[in-house]
Amino acid sequence: MTSRRDFLKAGGALVLFFSLENSLGQTAPARLPGSLNTNRMLNAWLRIDADGTVTIYTGKIELGQGIGTALAQIAADELDVEMKRIRMVHGDTAVTPNEGQTAGSLSVETSGTAVRFACAEAREMLLAVAATRLGTQDLKVVDGTINGTLDYWTLAGEIDLKKEASGTAKPKAPSEHKWVGKSIARHDIPKKFTGGAAYVQDIRLPGMVFGRLVRPPSPGAQLVSVNEESVRKLPGVVAVVRDGNFLAVAAEREEQAIKARAALARNAVWKETPTLPPSGAALYDHMVAQGVPAQTMLDKTGTAEAAARSLEARYTRPFQAHGSIGPSCAVAQWTDGKLRVWTHSQGVYPLRNDLANVFGVDVKDIRCTHAEGAGCYGHNGADDVALDAALVARATGGRPVKLQWMREEEFMWEPYGSAMVMKLAGGLDAQGNIVSWTHEVWSHPHSRRPGQSKGSHTLAARFLDKPVGAAPVGDVPLPSGGADRNSIPGYDFPNVKVLKHFIVDSPLRTSALRTLGGYGNVFALESFMDELAAAAGVDPVEFRLRHMKDPRARAVIEAAAKRAGWTPAARGWGFGYARYKNLGCYCAVAAEVAVDRSSGKVTVNRAVSAVDVGQTVNPDGVVNQIEGGLIQSASWTLKEAVSYDRTRVKTRSWAEYPILRFEEVPPVEVVILNQPDQPFLGVGEGSQGPAAAAIANAIASATGARLRDLPFTPQRVKAALSQTKAM
Amino acid sequence: MANFTLRVSGSSREVAVDPDTPLLYVLRNDLELNGPKFGCGLAQCGACTVLVDGRPVRSCVTPMSTVKGAIETIEGLGNEESLHPLQKAFIAEQACQCGYCGNGMVMSAKALLARNPRPTNEEIRKALNGHLCRCASHNRIVRAVQRAAKEMQS
Repeated sequence: MTSRRDFLKAGGALVLFFSLENSLGQTAPARLPGSLNTNRMLNAWLRIDADGTVTIYTGKIELGQGIGTALAQIAADELDVEMKRIRMVHGDTAVTPNEGQTAGSLSVETSGTAVRFACAEAREMLLAVAATRLGTQDLKVVDGTINGTLDYWTLAGEIDLKKEASGTAKPKAPSEHKWVGKSIARHDIPKKFTGGAAYVQDIRLPGMVFGRLVRPPSPGAQLVSVNEESVRKLPGVVAVVRDGNFLAVAAEREEQAIKARAALARNAVWKETPTLPPSGAALYDHMVAQGVPAQTMLDKTGTAEAAARSLEARYTRPFQAHGSIGPSCAVAQWTDGKLRVWTHSQGVYPLRNDLANVFGVDVKDIRCTHAEGAGCYGHNGADDVALDAALVARATGGRPVKLQWMREEEFMWEPYGSAMVMKLAGGLDAQGNIVSWTHEVWSHPHSRRPGQSKGSHTLAARFLDKPVGAAPVGDVPLPSGGADRNSIPGYDFPNVKVLKHFIVDSPLRTSALRTLGGYGNVFALESFMDELAAAAGVDPVEFRLRHMKDPRARAVIEAAAKRAGWTPAARGWGFGYARYKNLGCYCAVAAEVAVDRSSGKVTVNRAVSAVDVGQTVNPDGVVNQIEGGLIQSASWTLKEAVSYDRTRVKTRSWAEYPILRFEEVPPVEVVILNQPDQPFLGVGEGSQGPAAAAIANAIASATGARLRDLPFTPQRVKAALSQTKAM
Repeated sequence: MANFTLRVSGSSREVAVDPDTPLLYVLRNDLELNGPKFGCGLAQCGACTVLVDGRPVRSCVTPMSTVKGAIETIEGLGNEESLHPLQKAFIAEQACQCGYCGNGMVMSAKALLARNPRPTNEEIRKALNGHLCRCASHNRIVRAVQRAAKEMQS
């Protein structure tokens, strides 16, 4: 597909013509709200049945973020029905709209907006029929019953939702909402605490067998030899699959598959080569030394005094793992050349696209159906394991295969959040105001998701005898950005330069981990704000407000400071702020830490966040996302880095990849600044960046030591303390 | 293969499996129980926890040959129509995002409340410290255990 940007690059007088009309010379259809724009039929979104139920179809999937309940709240309000009537159907290539990936904290913004306008229009259509029947425009709806006489369920057959949305239906005013704005209990939770079938892992099909993989021991390894026959003879083994470097087994019972996997792994001989970059501090020098040219993302010049003082600092972030508690899993079945997959992928349509490309079949012959997995926090192994299961299912004579990765496969082969280097420079005038700011970032890609027109980004595609590769990836473009996400400061600095070095090749596979580059960039940006504030001798909160005009940003900064009881004199407190993607929710975090000088251990004692998500659909859902994101970020920030040598990934289990535990988790308070008249802003990735900076700034406040290299392990903190005079 | 009689949540079940089969796979695949989850297979995360004679056990590393006592899984506590106070409390506190770790949290909390019906927050955190939660619902989980303790007292 040719993007608008390519047209603009093509230049010339045609640009205007093409941006208004498509290539057939027809006028482009009017822009519709949210995902209605790409899925324009009303019946793609909802269905009203005579049995008194409403079914909402969404391309966005439930991953424990509560999107199913939030969308049902929106639908119930627009339709004037009780929530118990609403049934949600998520992510199924046979029945739901294609909304791409469930990513970027966009589900309420895009799917929620579409559901809102589609339901509002359906209601208008029903009321138009009722008005004719009853001979009055004075209509009142109570739970689908109109003026106590007619109801949706009998009128449903008289309206035809098989038509394009107008986009002009008038949604309810916030004052009329019964469900939106309330902390409605999530619908997905009861089954999760009662042993209900809640996850893809819980799918059991007739004749189903269990698959397991033997992955290469290292990213560069090639299979030299393997004795498949000896493994075929083991109890319960149904198939041994070898295709290039792809090795797998299927067995009648799960434990038999695991034993067969071990036997196959024992007799497989691999040739390994050192393909990985240096680790530790050397990694960052290596990234910079590759000499990938800088792209200028912003070069803003304004009038300001010359800098009286200048500062520079370099910040780093390692490769980090999604670390889902449940390893990735899928169920796949081939029937008469057609493939059915149950998957916890964040995007069933993009996954279908990649599977079609790998198997050389038409997308019409593949159906991908979402089923929940363990929390993914971005692009983990969900898509990869779907291909794995489908590859194994080719060898089981039509029997469905459930394949779950082992823990070490999850840690060794999930696509990591990219390592990053952020170099910042800033100038202060004589009054202590920032007059110049430079942010330079080096990073590998943050999105290598399925859905490319050719090839596949799924892992096993590259292992096959006839490997299926993928075109080199580009970065997610600004304003949301990928490697450069949140690298453009939201503050009002007169001179700003933002540079990006996008290092496409990464021997360690990288893709979207919650916030993409936002976590690293906000950590750097907001740490550097504190470094400049200290140089200017100004309180960090006051310093931020001094440089911030946006009233919504100021409001969350002030609210977080107030709830924290912030005082300029308080030691051990740190602050961080960002508007996620410079487009999403506004979030400020204040954190208080204690640093054990003898061990170097950092404990977050308390954290406070203030957030503005526009109109709040489900306040408890917002709190859950902000609190969960904040604590997860504390874990990334204090503990997490993938370890590897020049050949192998060394992170295999939770022993090598500790995360924050109960006894280390701080209490978190969240203040919501609701804006009922403002559009929805995504919340899922709002607090991670600010939390990292708040912790770094709190450590500096507590000890005088400035930590610039993530994570802040006790060893690192001790080293930093030894270079700082005791305060 | 060997025959085993398992006592699970009050009923008796016969299975024929290899003696070294981890209890987890028997519960999930032979008894079709969804509660206990495969998380690591290494006794590191706690998602597979069940109670054996009231004590929390990591079923992913417990061979069938060593299982002697009465097993209780989250299914045995109650169902959506008739919830155990712990299940009710975890739902009331909305104490999860993805919920994959939730089984282990509830089962270990049940063992805790049996030996310490009025735990402090610190005691709850200590009892659950060996359970990993990646969505970071820890504070909600602690609140849920407190809520259940209160209800079970009254």
